[in-house]
Amino acid sequence: MSEASTAPDAAVVIRVEHVTRTLPGDVPVTLVHDVSLSIGRGEFVCIMGPSGSGKSSLLYLLGLLDVPTQGKIWIDGRDTSGLGDDALTDLRLDKLGYVFQFHFLLAEFSALDNVMLPIRRLGRLSDDAARARAHELLDKLDMGDQHAKRPSQLSGGQRQRVAIARALANDPLVILADEPTGNLDSKSGGNVRDILRALATDMGKTVVAVTHDAHFASVANRRIGIVDGQVDMAWRPS
Amino acid sequence: MAIALDVALAHLTSRKRQTLVSVTGVVLGVAFFLAVSSLMRGSEQDFLKRLVDNSPHITVYDEMRHPSAQPATLQWPTAAVSIRNVKPQRETRGIRGWPTRLAFIEALPDVRAAPVLIGSAVLSFAGRQEGVSLSGVVPEKMRHVSTIEEKLVAGTLDALAANPNGIIVGQGLIDKFSLHLGSTVSVVADDGVSRPLRVVGIFRTGNASIDETQVYVLLKRAQSLLGRENRINRVIIQLSDAYTARTVAQTIEAGTGYKSVSWIEASEDILSLLLVRNLIMYSVVSAILVVASFGMYNTISTIVMEKTRDIAIMKSMGFHARDVRAIFLLEGVIVGALGSLFGVLFGLALMWALQLVEIRPPGVVEIVHLPLWWGADQCALAAGFALLSCVLASYLPARRAGRVHPVDILRGQA
Repeated sequence: MSEASTAPDAAVVIRVEHVTRTLPGDVPVTLVHDVSLSIGRGEFVCIMGPSGSGKSSLLYLLGLLDVPTQGKIWIDGRDTSGLGDDALTDLRLDKLGYVFQFHFLLAEFSALDNVMLPIRRLGRLSDDAARARAHELLDKLDMGDQHAKRPSQLSGGQRQRVAIARALANDPLVILADEPTGNLDSKSGGNVRDILRALATDMGKTVVAVTHDAHFASVANRRIGIVDGQVDMAWRPS
Repeated sequence: MAIALDVALAHLTSRKRQTLVSVTGVVLGVAFFLAVSSLMRGSEQDFLKRLVDNSPHITVYDEMRHPSAQPATLQWPTAAVSIRNVKPQRETRGIRGWPTRLAFIEALPDVRAAPVLIGSAVLSFAGRQEGVSLSGVVPEKMRHVSTIEEKLVAGTLDALAANPNGIIVGQGLIDKFSLHLGSTVSVVADDGVSRPLRVVGIFRTGNASIDETQVYVLLKRAQSLLGRENRINRVIIQLSDAYTARTVAQTIEAGTGYKSVSWIEASEDILSLLLVRNLIMYSVVSAILVVASFGMYNTISTIVMEKTRDIAIMKSMGFHARDVRAIFLLEGVIVGALGSLFGVLFGLALMWALQLVEIRPPGVVEIVHLPLWWGADQCALAAGFALLSCVLASYLPARRAGRVHPVDILRGQA
């Protein structure tokens, strides 16, 4: 069993116990093996490890996009094992926000509409309130003047900031980021890193980011090494 | 649903050319469906009109639909022993008490009736003889229930009404016997009674067997010639609405007791033939729409393939499988609705153009126009079928989209 330590003072937002994910097939492939960890509120945690070590697979499990073969995951105190696809989707919509390596914005929609999409899907705000919220988020990320532009009219760093605004749309507890700076130049990457750190320190969001970038990871509260699908706290980037 | 509609519209408008091709396919399908079905139904209506106009809507015969029950059966309906080989009671043919029964029929709303006595006779002229069907009619009533007056090429029905010894003869007989208006012919009944009658009218229906064998005299004259005083054996009925014939015939049969046959019953074979023809026609025109819906399927499948990444990200964001399905089903509905709307308009334009086509069949002076049916129901049918095809065509890609697993796509992208 591999255990990653947790920040003792923080209220636990993500708890993982003995989670294993195996892809079935003629030769079953274990992506994540017997991982247990806890992540607290307001923590900025980086998951690091060599390519193919299972970092992203672990992130998908934490983000309820994938279901463990064994073990249990709690999000904000709620046991997610045994939940159906619809319940997991609703939980994602309410509690989690994603930022991916590629921005994954909808090409046909403006920056503002992309940010409004999860708010409208959740349906708690009126259209006007959703618009105001999206404007507010884009302003916070210095994208207010670019709100009407489509993704193709924005630079890589700008797109990633819109993607962060979209991840924050429903005011989630946790932001999950999969190589958020992997596709950006160092200046834009540094900018995105600072934003994510500020989300944790200023807004109390829990940020879990998968990264190869040691410089990015240096600002995190905690670094969790993953090697061969298992937690290896001794791992350091070469 | 509003988000699904926004995304669906965004997908369609971002692929204007593909969307246009899909919509055009549906437009052409609906338009041809409409034009062909309106031609087929128009010709059907035209055919039925001719069928209905040239024959009585209802004919009351001097016979019962079922033989009357034997006295023994009436007396002991549940008897264990049956009497066999009992001959039906002999009755003189003809409708009994016809004036009362005729009054009953005429009292029904939108019904015009005429009494007729039909019998066989032999027409004799200049030593030549020909068997004919002799109809005794009341001209005043006959003109309201039959097209005989329109078919007269010489003389009038009034001339027959004014002349108790008048006869109206078909063009075929006129030619055969070299007769003309005013000629006197001898009519011999079955029992040998002979009577000279003067030709007061000549008709031509275009049907040789009728033109050569049918003659009309006054009802009274027919009754005396055939030896059946005060009798008739048919009531010919015309209705304001020919399609109520079946129910009116039932009412008349129930009221008079005599067998009443509507044109619908008499032409069942033709009507079933028309039904088969309609089925074939709808199968063919529906095939056009099915082909159009394949184009639709192709477009939406392509969008689903191209948008797999977007679908994955939307699902990871919190969209349910049903939300994703709704997007692509809506795309089908939008293309179907647009295609139906413009298809109906284009179809109506095609019908209007077809209506202008003039045909001059060889040997006919009259210009013939294509018969078209302008019923709103076929517009609804074409549009409804197109919409259904589009929804069905988009269902499979929509289902595939709903099943996209975000992790599979994200792993592929990483």
